[in-house]
Formats: sequence, C-alpha cells, structure tokens
Amino acid sequence: MTSNSPSEKRLEELREQAWKDGVVPGKGVDVAGGPIPRKPGYYGQPVVKPPVWTWEIPLYFFFGGIAGMSAVIASGAIIFHHVDPSLATNVGVARAAMWLAAIAGAVLSPVLLIMDLGRPRLFLNMLRVFKHRSAMSMGAWILSLFGACAVPGLIALELHTQQIFPGTFDQLLRVAAGIFIFGSAIFGTLLATYTGVLIGATAIPAWFLHRTLLPIHFGTAGLGSAAAVLELLGYRIPALNFLGFYAAGVESALLVWLSVDKHGAADRAIHEHGSGWLIRIGEILNGPLAIVLRLFGQVPLAALSFLIGALVSRVGWIAVGKVSGSDPESVFAAERY
Amino acid sequence: MIGEGIQSTNQRKHSYVRDKVEVGFFTDPSVCIGCKACEVACKEWNHVPDDGFTWSGNSYDNTGHLGASTWRHVMFLEQDRQKGNQVAGPMSLDDDPFRWVFLSDVCKHCEEAGCLEACPTGSIVRTEVGSVLVQNDVCNGCGYCVVSCPFGVIDRRPEPLHDAGGAFKCTFCYDRQKSGLVPACAKVCPTESIVFGRLDDLRARGAERVQQLKQNGYNDAQLYDPTETSVRGIHAFFLILGEPEAYGLPPKPQIPTIYLKSAWTSAFATAIASIIATLVAFAFFS
Repeated sequence: MTSNSPSEKRLEELREQAWKDGVVPGKGVDVAGGPIPRKPGYYGQPVVKPPVWTWEIPLYFFFGGIAGMSAVIASGAIIFHHVDPSLATNVGVARAAMWLAAIAGAVLSPVLLIMDLGRPRLFLNMLRVFKHRSAMSMGAWILSLFGACAVPGLIALELHTQQIFPGTFDQLLRVAAGIFIFGSAIFGTLLATYTGVLIGATAIPAWFLHRTLLPIHFGTAGLGSAAAVLELLGYRIPALNFLGFYAAGVESALLVWLSVDKHGAADRAIHEHGSGWLIRIGEILNGPLAIVLRLFGQVPLAALSFLIGALVSRVGWIAVGKVSGSDPESVFAAERY
Repeated sequence: MIGEGIQSTNQRKHSYVRDKVEVGFFTDPSVCIGCKACEVACKEWNHVPDDGFTWSGNSYDNTGHLGASTWRHVMFLEQDRQKGNQVAGPMSLDDDPFRWVFLSDVCKHCEEAGCLEACPTGSIVRTEVGSVLVQNDVCNGCGYCVVSCPFGVIDRRPEPLHDAGGAFKCTFCYDRQKSGLVPACAKVCPTESIVFGRLDDLRARGAERVQQLKQNGYNDAQLYDPTETSVRGIHAFFLILGEPEAYGLPPKPQIPTIYLKSAWTSAFATAIASIIATLVAFAFFS
C-alpha cells in the first residue's frame, strides 16, 4: 500500500533502489566489503609489518650523518694543514669539525637511539654479539667505535693546539690526535652510510627497491650537512664551499634517479603518496635549490637549505616505509618482479 | 591422523628436543572449523595479553593479524568459488559459487629467518628442533626484526600491555616441547587442522593431503612452503585453497639479507667518494 506522506515516499524510493541496484549507499552506512571482500590480499591487512620507529630515528640518521662526515672533514683539514702549515684556518675548521663529530656522534646519536628502544635500559645488549649479516648490529658497533675514536681524538687535538703539555708529551698527543681522528673518519664514513643499508635491507618494498640509492643519499647528505653546519658556524672557506657544491650536485642527480627509477605499485608510496613529497621536497632543498643559492653567493642560505632538505628527506624515507609496509599490494607487486 | 586418539602426534609425549629432531606445524584449512581454540589455548598457556576487543567487520575474524600479542590467528576467507565437489544448496551452483575457508595462521619458523639474522642482540635464536625463539630477557626492543620479517609476524609490544617494549611472536611452545609436550594450539585443535610432528613426516602428509583433496574436486589446493626462495622453506607450512595472496601470504617471500651485498657496495662506494671529495676540496680549494 502506498502512502502520500513524504516520509513514506522516501521509504518507497529506498525499496525501489534496493530492488534495482542491489545496494543502497547512504550516510553512515558502509556497504563496502561484504559479502565477498574486494580489498587486496586478506581484507587489505598489511603483509609485512610497517616500522615501529618514531621521530628519534630520522633525527638520528641526520645527526649520525653530520657526525660521521665531520670527522672526514676534520681529517682532510689536518692532512693539508700538515702539508702546508700556512693554512692556519684549517686548524680552526678541524677543531670545530671534531667538536661537531663528538657532540653529534657520541652524545646526540646514542641518546636518540637509546630513546627509540622499547627497553632503553637494555641498550648495552647491542654489544653482546657481532653479526655482520645484521645492519643494526654493524651500526651499533660502528657508532660505538666512532665514539671511541672521536672523543679521544677531540681531547688530544684540543690539548695539542692549546699547548698545555710541553715537549715529548705534546708530540705524543699530536700523534694520538692524528690516529684517533683518522680512525673516526673511517668509522665516520660508515656511520653516515650504513643507515641506508639498515633500511635498504628490509622487507619493506619502497626501501629495498631503492637499496642502492639510499646509502648514497644518506652518506652524501651527511657530508653536505657537516659542511653546511661548519659554514653556518662561520667557517666560510672555499674547501667547504666545494663540498657544498659536490653534495648538492650528487643530491640533484639522486632526485632525477628517484623520479626515473619507478617500480609501479611496488614503490607507489614514494610516487603517489603524500610522504613521497617529503622526500622530493627534501631532495629539492638539498639538491637544485642549494646549488642555485650557492651560485648566487648566498652561502648561509644554501647551507640552511641543504640542512633542512637533509632532515626532511630522512623524515620522508621513514614515513614512506610506514606507508609501503602497510600496503599489501606493494609487497605482492615487489615479489612479482 | 584423525581417529588415532592419544597415539596422534598431537597428543602423545615426545623427546624431539632431546633428540634434536626438526619439528613443524602442518595447518590444513580443509578441516578447520574456525573454533579459535588455538588462539585461546595460545593466549592462556603463554600468558599473552589481550590486544583489544574490536569488531573488524571482516567475516568472523576480529583478531585481524598476527602480532606481538597474537601468535595464532584464525583467518576467515569468503570467496566466490566452489569448495571442491561440495553441493550444498543454491549457494554452490555454478553461477553463484561461495566458499568459506578458515586457516589458522602462525609464525612460519623460516629455514632462513629474517628476524633472526637482523637481531643485533642475539636475542633471537634457533632451537634444537629448528624453531626460531625470541629470548624475552635479552631483547631490548630495537624493532629491526619487525621490518625484517617477510611475513609480517613479529612485532614490538606497545604500552600499556604487560611486558611492553620487547619483540614477541610464537615460541613454538618451546617451554612445553622441552618437557615432551605438544604446543598448546596443536594439542587443543579438535579436528587436527593443526598437526604437530616431525617436519619430514608432516611434509609427506601435506603432499598426500593435497592429492586427496584434488581427487575430491579441490583443484586449487596447494602447499604453501616457499622452498624455492631465499627463505628456503618454512617449519610451519600450510595447505591453502587458491592463491597465497588471499591469505595475506607473500607469494615469493625473500629474506632481506639478500639485499645486503648491493646496499653495502653502494655504502662503501659512497664512503670512498666522500673521502676523495674531501681531499680534493682541501687540496685544491684552500
């Protein structure tokens, strides 16, 4: 029986629509899914687990990169001061770089890493074993050895440059400073690059598909950031300017590489999702924009642009990992390759 | 086999740990009734905290997925396919086929285990029976195993749950096995959909079961045991109906250590390039 009242009419319409279309979409009613689920995989559930890491990790990647490459810059400055003693500024650069290496690498980095642990009080368990097949284990050892070189290296360098002890002991300090600083440079290059291996050798598609690019990006961003911090501290020397150009040039090339090297659904988190924009914005800031600013002589702005870019792209890479790890189709697509 | 009573490998005492025999789980959805006794038994025996009571809307599955506090997970698949030669009323006619499949998911205890390789503390170890075990008192919760498992099994337990911060997954009831007991989930399974036993016996049993099902019209029955990939086989393997993707199982799981070589090569190249660039900078631009 039909009624003429509007509310009854509405119900008649709904009945008509249900009969014709088999489904009635409406406000507050989710008709998607049943009875046969159409989401990818098992009800769209993630196949691999997204990373549990929080803000400490991208910040650690940033400071670890600065610390490691600062030690390299310090070594370079010391070598060429030794060759040509007239390069007095090099001593200043070396001292500042070693302070940077020690503060970022032996204080900030371990604190950030320990904060991210689920059970921070057990952090020393990292040094229970040495596993070359675990990038995390290698990283823990690299960071420890870096700290064990950078801190004594800095102390010896300071005592030597301020001539606190006389005679032979000062000569001994000079040798010790050299050995420890070169040691921290070797572990420093690994500290800045291993983080790319760390996330590249995982089950997260957007990460492992770019495992070759990641160490280059993280390491070079570390070198450029270390030079940028020193420039912002007032060391406006041509050597650091050259390193700024070098790092920004490599980062620009990586920006092109990343936009060409697409893997369809497997790494769509980078190319289609918002977090991919963090990576690209970061790469623009520490790539082309840093070069342009440097060409126009805006060194402090170029340094600042590079630093922000290096931080933003690291945040982006972790964010992309979370999106990619939660996407079942990415995992299936990556394995069909 | 069903009907063996206390002689079944799911019920009788064993000495696999002492004898260092490789053991496994064979999980067969064709006899699973979706009772979730395995989930309950696992939680009760292992004192695993609950992980929330929410309605997923996904069939009868309100568990969702394996995780730090979910070590057995019964999946409920609704598929538009016929279940073997079964004819059970109008729903199974050719033009409107439907089947409901239940499968109890669990840690795979890989032959080459991503979590074990990734663990920087040595907390994750291989036991005498070939299973993969997390030593809870050693784990410091770094979270690297979480992204290294190709099956998304292991996870870090969040606050405010009991024993939060560490990584957890199925222990294969190692504590029970040491005492000659069968894992809790297999012990309680009323239809022996979960079978516990020697791995070689189970593999033979699985292959036999696939043949049997195919004769009964289950044309898409297959074993899920990725022996061809770098995972090199799993100790808890499954019989599945249809494609692995529908069960959220990766079709070709790989252990992430295979990516190490190319990533480290790139890292070393970057390290050398950075040193050279720095030397050039100070040599020619001072």
